[in-house]
Amino acid sequence: MEPKVKSAMQMKIQVRKKKTIVAKDRLFSFLFILPSILAIAIFVYGFIGWTGYVSLSNWNSQIPDFSFAGLKNYVSLFHDFRFQADLRNTAVFMILFIVLVLGMGLMIAVFLDQKIKFENLFRNIFFFPMALSFIVTGVVWQWILNPSTGVNLLMKKVGIEPMWYTSVKVIPGVEWGKIQVGIPIAVIAVVIAAVWQMTGFSVAMYLAGLRAIPDEVREAARMDGATEFQIFRKIIFPLLLPITISVIIIMAHISLKIFDLIYAMTGPGANFVTDVPGVYMFETTFRGNYYASGAAIAIIMLLSVAIFIVPYLLSNRKGES
Amino acid sequence: MKKKWFAFLSFMLALSLLLVGCNSDRASKSGGNGTRLDIFSWWTGAGEEDGLKALIKLFKEKHPEVKVENAAVAGGAGTNAKAVLASRMQGNDPPATFQVHGGAELNDGWVAAGKMKPLNELYKEEGWNDKFPKELIDLVSKDGNIYSVPVNIHRGNVLWYNKRIFKDNGLKAPKTFAEFFKVADQLKAKGITPLALGDKEPWTATQLFEDVLLGTLGPDDYKKLWTKEVSFDDPKVKEAVKTFKKMLGYINKDHSSRNWQDASQLVGKGEAAMNIMGDWAKGYFVNDLKLKVNKDFGWVTTPGTQHSFMVITDTFGLPKGIKNEDDVMKFLSLLGSVEGQDTFNPLKGSIPARIDADPSKYDAYGRLTMKEFKKARITPSLAHGSAAPEGVVTKVNNAVNIFVTQQNEAQFIDALKTAASELK
Amino acid sequence: MVLKSVYRPILYLLLIMLGLIFLMPVYVILTTSLKPIDQITLSQMWQLPSLIDFSSYQMAFSKLAPNFINSLYLVIPATLLSALLGSLNGYVLSKWKFKGSDWLFTAILFGMFIPYQSILIPLIQFLRTIHLYNTIPGLILVHVVYGIPVTTLMFRNFYSSVPYEMIESAKIDGAGIFKIYRHILIPLSISGFVVVGIWQFTNIWNEFLFAVTITTSDQQPVMVALQNLSGSQIVQWNVQMAGALLAALPTLLVYIVLGKFFVKGLLAGSVKG
Repeated sequence: MEPKVKSAMQMKIQVRKKKTIVAKDRLFSFLFILPSILAIAIFVYGFIGWTGYVSLSNWNSQIPDFSFAGLKNYVSLFHDFRFQADLRNTAVFMILFIVLVLGMGLMIAVFLDQKIKFENLFRNIFFFPMALSFIVTGVVWQWILNPSTGVNLLMKKVGIEPMWYTSVKVIPGVEWGKIQVGIPIAVIAVVIAAVWQMTGFSVAMYLAGLRAIPDEVREAARMDGATEFQIFRKIIFPLLLPITISVIIIMAHISLKIFDLIYAMTGPGANFVTDVPGVYMFETTFRGNYYASGAAIAIIMLLSVAIFIVPYLLSNRKGES
Repeated sequence: MKKKWFAFLSFMLALSLLLVGCNSDRASKSGGNGTRLDIFSWWTGAGEEDGLKALIKLFKEKHPEVKVENAAVAGGAGTNAKAVLASRMQGNDPPATFQVHGGAELNDGWVAAGKMKPLNELYKEEGWNDKFPKELIDLVSKDGNIYSVPVNIHRGNVLWYNKRIFKDNGLKAPKTFAEFFKVADQLKAKGITPLALGDKEPWTATQLFEDVLLGTLGPDDYKKLWTKEVSFDDPKVKEAVKTFKKMLGYINKDHSSRNWQDASQLVGKGEAAMNIMGDWAKGYFVNDLKLKVNKDFGWVTTPGTQHSFMVITDTFGLPKGIKNEDDVMKFLSLLGSVEGQDTFNPLKGSIPARIDADPSKYDAYGRLTMKEFKKARITPSLAHGSAAPEGVVTKVNNAVNIFVTQQNEAQFIDALKTAASELK
Repeated sequence: MVLKSVYRPILYLLLIMLGLIFLMPVYVILTTSLKPIDQITLSQMWQLPSLIDFSSYQMAFSKLAPNFINSLYLVIPATLLSALLGSLNGYVLSKWKFKGSDWLFTAILFGMFIPYQSILIPLIQFLRTIHLYNTIPGLILVHVVYGIPVTTLMFRNFYSSVPYEMIESAKIDGAGIFKIYRHILIPLSISGFVVVGIWQFTNIWNEFLFAVTITTSDQQPVMVALQNLSGSQIVQWNVQMAGALLAALPTLLVYIVLGKFFVKGLLAGSVKG
């Protein structure tokens, strides 16, 4: 940009030119994202709408039947033993999974943050399972936690032989609805595998969070005579809270959607102790031809995920602007 | 640097589009429905795949002008294939001919949906009406029309036992429920698992239950269950449920982590004494575990079912809306011929559906079973979709899965009644 | 905050123990898959193989190889296409904002979190109508579309760090939307492309639900074939373990070589980064 004085005429032309360029670019910018917008509109929102429509229909055989059934499919789901068991299992899985991933993740992150030797090696050991597929995890852990083959061969020596994912016990197993409410032992086995795979995520998040806290903050607190424990409780933890919330939400939505791990590792299990909505939806739709029931399960899954995700997305948006 | 990067990106994009292109070529070749005779099945296991290939080879020799394609779908003991089939049929893109179990799977499924053409003419031309048992033809017929050609027969009501265990303990293979429980108690007292079950996939337990139902109700009343002439709160059904429950007291502890092969393995290796399974287990004993018929393992019919034959039959039919009907007819007539059946079945390890096949091509088990097949009453299997539509089977499987753990009889009967309310 | 030196041995001890627990599955995979068949018995499960035998890898490879190729056919185009779309979207949504563009972004982002079961039934019907059901191109399409949210997110976050002044001055120099993208953003986003590429590669390689419902037999990616391989003891454990390792190898290699970018993607994928 040369600071030359231009004639009024020239200025006008240039401004007009720029305006048309800008308008053209605006148009192109829309064209850039148009395919994606259309794809998302159809494949996400349109298809969800269609699934909702199927869930209200009578399509429960090989042949499509779109006659209106009202909420029949939903009502019968909530009276269904298997679906009630699914809700229990998902809730138990979600809570155990989140608590363990958060706890282990924070602990390991703090350990790794102690300026230790071989930090890279340790980090990689905790991170690498994330690069694996849930199917691989399921295949391997199915074997490790098989009561007659795996880890029990070692535990026998200590005198305990848990039944792992073949156990049908629910603790405490209070009768409620059609099912026993409590913690199914078998779910714990699946949680162990899932935690093994996903702990790396919270380690990475927490480690990034810890590294982002400037040393001066700690130093200042130390100068004021705070103990290490107090520094942790009063300064570090509050600063890590947003990360904790992010991890909780990500893990919660993974728990609600979980399918591959359970399908590969245990299947629905005896008495449906390890069944989850994802597996039920898959089997009832594509194996039993109950399309409308399957669609209803899918919609319930979507709504439960939305409860966590929508506020999260909205708050992220607010935080930005 | 910038240019290089841009060039690289464009190159990768071009490459990826190219890959997409190559792929659609590949796909259109295999998915095409032009004039190819695509034979749709789930025969991808060891013996059955050989059988199918031999059959196709024989067909090619006889009809070299027809282009045949083996469109078998692997995985999930047929469940994957059924899902693909359903999706192809919904999309009006049926395979030229497809494997379907005789009974409800055919009749209440594709025939009821108006997707199949009757084969009465073919049966008449080939003179098949007295070459297959009448009860078998009934199984592939609806409203007087015949809709498919049975290729093979498997028996579902077989009790396999470890010969050495029985000999060592001086036991005889049980023929009635009373004998079964007597034997089981003796075995249990010796610390041997009497009955092996592997219900990781729930149909195995359903199959055990249907054999108990058959043994308790007898073939007539058993068949009436599926036509709603006998209800599931009939006292005899309740008795069967009690017996089933009692049997569950003798099974291996880790049943829910095993599949049927793993359960058969327990018997094969002498870790359990008995196993109730369809006669495909024989193939597993002989081919995979290298055991000898009548030496390492023996068999009897399940308690109370000596004169019945729980049949699982694979059949092929003629879908509507295909272009190469004539070729399909040629294939079907080969399938139903003695030559076709004797080519396929010895390899697959099943027996032929025809009653006039050549016994010398089959092993000891096959020969005896062929003999019994001619005399026995034929009953449709629930676990394999012959007795009731897929939807009912799914619900019964769910109910059985719950019952195996909870053993609540009243609740089980209720669940069965709910499932049966969907019977047509 | 460094703990006092008395605690350090305990710290290392704890880390080593945790590390060993995390590595246990690897030990199991390796020892089992390298054993000859006759050593595959229950009592020897935790023992090291007496001699190293690769036959289980041969067997697993012969069973998985075609599906492995399918996965490559699937992953490479799907990764590149979804990265390209994400980059375009991220560019527009960060540097060419318009009224409602932030809402649009949030709406796109939602697609990343939905359980795919909720679109599966119409998706299969749709793919069948356009004759892409049970084809790798069909699966590519699916992964490109459902990859848009996450790639858009990553690129948008990435481009947000490009200062506005750079864009503005380029505009004043007369550069249009294409020129700015090509000459400023793309060169700046090479590492962005690597992060997104690795992320998509890993995700698509590991994905199972679409693969198992949209493809069958000879079109199936490797994860479905692995799942079919396992879960029955007809296939020996050593072969299953070898198969699991083979199927995991590409993503593991990517992780080993480009681990830093993988972790970056991980953090970027949690919406804010």
